[in-house]
Amino acid sequence: MTNEVTTEILATHVLDLAKAGKRLDGRGLDELRPVRITPGYVTSADGSALVELGDTKVLCGVKLEPGTPFPDTPNAGVLTTNAEIVPLSSPEYEPGPPSIQSIELSRVVDRAIRAAEAIDLAKLCVTPGEKCWTCFVDLHVLDDSGNLTDAALLAAMSALKNAKLPGERFEIGPTVPLEVNHLPIETTFVRIGDALIVDPTCEEEDTCQGRLTIATDEAGNVVAMQKSMVGAFSPHDVIELVDRALVHGDRLRELINTTK
Amino acid sequence: MGSVGAKDVPELLDAHGKRIDGRGLHDLRPLKIEAGVLQRATGSAFVEWGENKVMAAVYGPREVHPRHMQQNTKAVVQCRYNMASFSVDERKRPGLDRRSQEISKVIGEALESVLFVEEFPKTSIGIYIEVLQANAGTRCAGLVAASVALADAGIPMSDLVPAVAVGKIAGKLALDLRKEEDNYGESDVPMALVPRSGRLVLLQMEGHMTRDELKTAMDMGVKGCEKIYEIQKAALRNRYSLGGNGGGEAQ
Repeated sequence: MTNEVTTEILATHVLDLAKAGKRLDGRGLDELRPVRITPGYVTSADGSALVELGDTKVLCGVKLEPGTPFPDTPNAGVLTTNAEIVPLSSPEYEPGPPSIQSIELSRVVDRAIRAAEAIDLAKLCVTPGEKCWTCFVDLHVLDDSGNLTDAALLAAMSALKNAKLPGERFEIGPTVPLEVNHLPIETTFVRIGDALIVDPTCEEEDTCQGRLTIATDEAGNVVAMQKSMVGAFSPHDVIELVDRALVHGDRLRELINTTK
Repeated sequence: MGSVGAKDVPELLDAHGKRIDGRGLHDLRPLKIEAGVLQRATGSAFVEWGENKVMAAVYGPREVHPRHMQQNTKAVVQCRYNMASFSVDERKRPGLDRRSQEISKVIGEALESVLFVEEFPKTSIGIYIEVLQANAGTRCAGLVAASVALADAGIPMSDLVPAVAVGKIAGKLALDLRKEEDNYGESDVPMALVPRSGRLVLLQMEGHMTRDELKTAMDMGVKGCEKIYEIQKAALRNRYSLGGNGGGEAQ
């Protein structure tokens, strides 16, 4: 958004709407945009999924390749998450080295997968200290219409759930489904004035006073959080948002589990 | 966290509920803050917190470089958190890795939340944090130092920003984790408080906590932050009182 006057007018409008409990796109303050998951979208990947969260589109491709364990974790496979906010996704992004937004995005998604222990890395070890599976979770943001984080983790978990460990291709054993033990879901909220709204669009992210992402697992634990952007939340706000995140998380877990 | 394949997990709590360094669950490590330690910077501060040593400098408000980052309605806050290669056990490759870039972003945003950036359009406020010696909690130490450095630079702000992490070790919540507790504990929640508003401007988490544990963790963190706030204020008072030599100290 380059035009400061339009931004200012829009910000005031978003704020006025929020005061009245309304939003630009007519949603309620605690209402997600429609979610559509297409598992197996890319057949050249070992696992993949396209997630559409309203107009936001994120594609995840999982690749599993033989590699070497890190010296400090000789008995574990390697998990790496990378997010690219490619220039086709928004007028805001330009070609060049990874932007700080894409670094934060991949780290916040990675943190949820890791903290929830979604993948048992010990099972990705082939020969301790010598050979293991490296699991690349690569996220491609195709259309940035806000709240990339939640869409990206949904895409990652859905892609991991349909991923196959390609043992035969690399002659390391049979090709078997990748085991996914836990299903973390991230729910992102922003503050607009005193209103705390879920699943923000770009316009809402541009005008917000703080963003909070909360990752929950199926047992009702909080496994990761990230407060981001300029702004603040009271501990009371945080607990209210955790309660809301748990409800959204359960619904989205159900959706991932039932989408074939 | 990161404990896959780890061999010797140390005992984080002894039979008497004491931690590795003898602290109780609600105790901070010794914290010393000194304001105005660098000659060339507009403002600066040095923090020694347990075995952490962190220096922060603030430059500005000054011209923005590169020019195209300039904003017509507010100052740009440029924050850089960097770890020295020798600050950790195994030499760290110099320069900003992805972790440092993420931390720079969240610290910059946390501090911008208390700065009156609209008072200084078309300028830059540079916040530079160098971690010289690290023993867990360096983002909080960096934020604590940077916040004192901003005040030392005379930049108008709504409050100082104390920060501390609360984690879970051996199933119990504990304030201000040291390295072993961070490496082998079950979760880590760094947070930064604006004491006057009671709101958090930095909040991250990794690990496992129930909703109620998180609530208690934030209560403990807020109490810890209030203690740190007093030490930050003392550091500034010492710096600007006649004959003061500039230091605030815990315990």
